[in-house]
Amino acid sequence: MKPIWYFVGLFLLITGAIVLGAGIYDYFNPPLEHTVLAELHPGLWWGGITFLAGLLFLLFNRKKVIV
Amino acid sequence: MTTFNLSLVDWLVLAVYFAFILGLGYYLKRFTKNQEDFFLAGRKNSMWVAGVAFLSANLGALELLGMTGNTFKYGMYVAHFYWVGAIPAMLFLGLYMMPFYYSSRIHSVPGYLKLRFDEKTRVLNGIAFAVMTLLVSGINLYAMALVLRTFLGWDWNVSMWVSAGTVAFYVTLSGLMSAIFTEIIQFFLIWFGLFLVTILGLVEIGGVDQVLSNIPASFGTLWSTSGDPLLNGMAITWAGIVLGLGFVLSFGYWTTDFLVVQRAFSAKDLRSARMTPIIASFPKMAVPAIVVLTGLIAIILAGKSGSGFALLTDGGQVNYDSTLPLLIMRYYPHGLIGLGVSALLAGFMAGQAGNISAFNTVWTYDIYRAIIKKDATDQHLVWVGRVATVVGVIVSVGTAYWAKGFPSIMDYMQAIFSWVNAPLFATMLLGMFLVWITPAGAFWGLLAGMGTSIVMFLAVKFQWMDASTITMSAVSSDMAANFWRAWWAWLVCFVVTIVISFFTKKKPREELVGLVKGLTQETALAPVPFMRRPEFYAIISVIVLIILNVYFW
Repeated sequence: MKPIWYFVGLFLLITGAIVLGAGIYDYFNPPLEHTVLAELHPGLWWGGITFLAGLLFLLFNRKKVIV
Repeated sequence: MTTFNLSLVDWLVLAVYFAFILGLGYYLKRFTKNQEDFFLAGRKNSMWVAGVAFLSANLGALELLGMTGNTFKYGMYVAHFYWVGAIPAMLFLGLYMMPFYYSSRIHSVPGYLKLRFDEKTRVLNGIAFAVMTLLVSGINLYAMALVLRTFLGWDWNVSMWVSAGTVAFYVTLSGLMSAIFTEIIQFFLIWFGLFLVTILGLVEIGGVDQVLSNIPASFGTLWSTSGDPLLNGMAITWAGIVLGLGFVLSFGYWTTDFLVVQRAFSAKDLRSARMTPIIASFPKMAVPAIVVLTGLIAIILAGKSGSGFALLTDGGQVNYDSTLPLLIMRYYPHGLIGLGVSALLAGFMAGQAGNISAFNTVWTYDIYRAIIKKDATDQHLVWVGRVATVVGVIVSVGTAYWAKGFPSIMDYMQAIFSWVNAPLFATMLLGMFLVWITPAGAFWGLLAGMGTSIVMFLAVKFQWMDASTITMSAVSSDMAANFWRAWWAWLVCFVVTIVISFFTKKKPREELVGLVKGLTQETALAPVPFMRRPEFYAIISVIVLIILNVYFW
């Protein structure tokens, strides 16, 4: 059985990629309705952090198996 | 704007979450072969898995929304729930109680009562716990549907049935293992989905120091205003906090509530089981970084003209639970909204799964096998556990509809923990540390404690008695009444158990080996370097706790 940390990594990687993708899109196509502090582009860097965290979890646990 | 406007990308994040938890339930089914796998996740979890699940079982969305709202209402005193109101009890569980629980190889907390006392004490607690978990599960479902309807505009019935069906699917397939896996996913979702609210709030206000200097002293300190209930937002004294919350409610919940303790039972060995609550104590101390800080940020924004921030009102009453969703709306762009909403949904569903997995275990072992079919086989018990899961979810949905038609049931829920857990802590404490406590003493003490709490609650609710009689203070809040009621329930149970034990028949000492301090071999003290022992990490946890309390004094 794969360890739970592998699935945590996979989940964060996928959701991080989606948020990062939305952040990149918003950066080049700013939405008409602004959130507070939208100028900081939170989706862009928080999506990136989530993606990287997921990648780390995935890399460290990709070969581990729980017996 | 009072509802989230979900875009395609937000729906995509939500779809990924649902696909993941359903997929995990299906994936884990092939590893769920016997009762040990289904009810105790095979007893093979590391201390990290069990520790994160231990905390997550308690970190539901109701807790997140409720405590953020409570911070808006009561101020920083809410941090007591995470620090003095949790950490000492978690450490006590790991250091002193876990050896008795884990070494006796029981499947549930009522199972310990059977070994230490007798069948009737176990069944009394088993039934009380089963009823409590189903009620809590149903009320969770009701609260979730309420939140989803308020902030997302989702249909009431669809919200409840989809989430209940999802939980039923994965818990039925693989029991506690899938509940634990989804709880760990939920833990990371909460941090990655909600901590950004705190960060952006601090950026807008100008940092933690600015937050603390912009709120009234009665809302921004932990202890310095606790000498007089008139000086703090919670209208309580330090005695109420220490005795009611820090001692009885906290120890009652963290050391005896099977919902959380079950996660430690799933650990692979005694050391891991003891480390489970100690590891959980560290992220527990960090949770106020989300709930308390965002609540304080909301207080400042609400008081600042031109900020555009105000809590929702329902029929003239302020909806404190709207604090966190409104901050998500304020700061989160598309994509992140999906992550934030998934975190709240995950909190609701994992909370329900936790209740259902605890219910199916207590029902199967402490009611079904204890009363109905004593000679049930391994496979039959797994089947009963699966049926109990489905029935439990259906009863929860029924409770949710009941709550919808009878909203004051929510008030009763606030008190349920003090009905069940507070007196049980007295029973456990006496049973684990005093050899001469008798089965009759435990049973009648537990019954008297539970009765005291229920009668006190009803007496105040229907105005037969003034709350000040319970709180011993002219000024008090609902929260203060909860703390003090828990204290009285514990005290009555404690005294009645001792008095009756003086006059009734004791169990032979040989039957108590491994169950009571002094008759148990200290296997936990096997030759392990001090730096790897639970005591070492507990000391670090206490140091961090002291630093936090002194800093925010």
